[in-house]
Amino acid sequence: MNLVLVGLSHHVAPVELREQVALPAPRAAGLAAELAEACGEAVCLSTCNRTELYLAATQAGHAEALAVEILGKDELGALLYRLRDEAAALHLFRVAAGLDSMVPGEGEILGQVRAAYESGSPGPLLDRLFRQALHAGKKVRSQTAIGENPASVSSAAAALAEQVFGDLHGRHVLILGGGKMGTLSARNIVSRGAEVETIPSRTVGGEEVLRGVERADVVVSSTSTPGYVLTRDRVESVLAARKGRPLFLIDIAVPRDLDPAVHELEGCYLYDIDDLESVVAESLEARRREATRAETIVVEEASRFRAWQASRDVVPEIASLRARAEAIRSAELERARSRLGRLSESERLAVESMTAQIVNKLLHLPTVRMKEAAAGAGGTVYADAVRHLFGLDDER
Amino acid sequence: MAELLFWPALIAYGEAAFAYAGNARRPGLAGILATWGVRLGWVAQTALLVGQAVRAEGFPWDTWAGSLNLFVWLVVGAYLIWGCRVRYRLLGLAVMPLAAGLLVLARIGGGTGLGQRSHYSSAFLALHVGLVLAAFAGFTLAAALSGLYLWLERRLKRRRAGGLLGRAPSLVTLETLAARTVVFALPALTAGIVVGLARLRSDGGRFDALMAVTLLTWLVYAAFLLLRYELGWRGRRAAYLALAGFTLVIVVRLGLPLTHFS
Repeated sequence: MNLVLVGLSHHVAPVELREQVALPAPRAAGLAAELAEACGEAVCLSTCNRTELYLAATQAGHAEALAVEILGKDELGALLYRLRDEAAALHLFRVAAGLDSMVPGEGEILGQVRAAYESGSPGPLLDRLFRQALHAGKKVRSQTAIGENPASVSSAAAALAEQVFGDLHGRHVLILGGGKMGTLSARNIVSRGAEVETIPSRTVGGEEVLRGVERADVVVSSTSTPGYVLTRDRVESVLAARKGRPLFLIDIAVPRDLDPAVHELEGCYLYDIDDLESVVAESLEARRREATRAETIVVEEASRFRAWQASRDVVPEIASLRARAEAIRSAELERARSRLGRLSESERLAVESMTAQIVNKLLHLPTVRMKEAAAGAGGTVYADAVRHLFGLDDER
Repeated sequence: MAELLFWPALIAYGEAAFAYAGNARRPGLAGILATWGVRLGWVAQTALLVGQAVRAEGFPWDTWAGSLNLFVWLVVGAYLIWGCRVRYRLLGLAVMPLAAGLLVLARIGGGTGLGQRSHYSSAFLALHVGLVLAAFAGFTLAAALSGLYLWLERRLKRRRAGGLLGRAPSLVTLETLAARTVVFALPALTAGIVVGLARLRSDGGRFDALMAVTLLTWLVYAAFLLLRYELGWRGRRAAYLALAGFTLVIVVRLGLPLTHFS
């Protein structure tokens, strides 16, 4: 049984090409079932960044041709990547760990891999592959800091707000302008339980803003008003009423809404769009550094999978060897029965057990060695030798 | 034999200090090793202190080195209450090297030995020393929290906090914890001072400069709480005030060998 992967991702195809082969969840599940019928096992992974078909088949060439036929519409055929066995496993492990994502270490992909596995049609090979991929993804997240730092302006704003306030639940967010950008930037903060108050652009010049700032913990500004909506003096005038509570201000407007001098006031932290983007850049750099450690984990997992897959190659020889040994044991026991005379039930069971133990102990080490050799450089050389020495081919 | 427990305590504290430094560079396993170092070291030091208490005649920590030993135990114990959380590992970087260093000093001064004869026969004095040391341990932690607050606040002001996000406690948490630590430590100092003054009055001793500095320390921390909770003094100003109070704590600690243990 071989593992086959055919796919297309953001590395090789822009969105206008990727969307041609994107599969909605029900279609992906249906296709996996169809492919499993034709090949043996199949899982379809389709996200906004990739569409990949994982197949396990005895005839790898046939399975690959089938997958290419499905994904390789028009000019897409030349862009498809086609991987087999260990390379395919390593690719999936990297995908699950977020190492193949646009933003290294992004966490959403692990859930998408799980969903694809659960809605797919895996057999023994793909089941093991996907379970190990999910394990590798979790291991990378728990043993490295790859997913810790914010990877977008919105998450950077939320992370900074948390660095100031801790838990954002119940914190008061004031959005000035109420436009799409402001709402998007505050999205992550709001999703962490903060309460929102919005003041539209047309009224930001009035006293209502100052009352809002007095109550707020976080201010997000994205108005299109010329000049500063909040100057240093205006903010300073409400500081006494705030009784030392810190104030975190996010200015994503261009031209800027908030006077940069506000940042100089005690307890006030003002970040404009450039500041937030530099936090994101720093975070991405940290993620890239962690990616090196994550690659080591993924390679280890891929190597474990390869060892497991290789050990499957010698399973028929092991089964034949054990069957042959069992046949000899049973025959010899039957022949000895007449010489042993009348045995009680417990004596008979003791003899059965003893002979079975002898066979098991004799075959244990050769079985382990055959599996080890199959996973290593030796390949199936021991299995071939066993087949020859014990005449397993003749039996077949 | 029990005095050999000094070594596992020191090794564990030292290991924790190095592991915290490693964790600051690359969070993960080093942080876990550091936490276990603190825990095991504290258990070993507790056993050492129990051994000292059992073998001593009277109060076993009445020398400056002995009191330093007890002081380290109190500081690490207070840190252990919440310091094992991932986000407080940066604080461990400030606390554990200090703890290891002071423990070595206590050893050099002979404060970790067993079977010491106490100069303090009175339970009054033992209570006085115990309460004041507990308060000083609290002030030390409050200072560490305030120091971390100022460092983190500076990073946020300079817009260079990117690498720290999610790895350090928030500003509000640090500031609140420092204030709460002082809330617990100040009553201990108050009680310690009252016990000390009562003994002074009954024994007819002299009021010395160190006692004056201790009273000044009390005033600074009382002002800290008053300003913090009544007038809304928070942030940098409160942190600087806590550090000013801690400077006086250091003066008292350094002055102890000259006045009380001479």
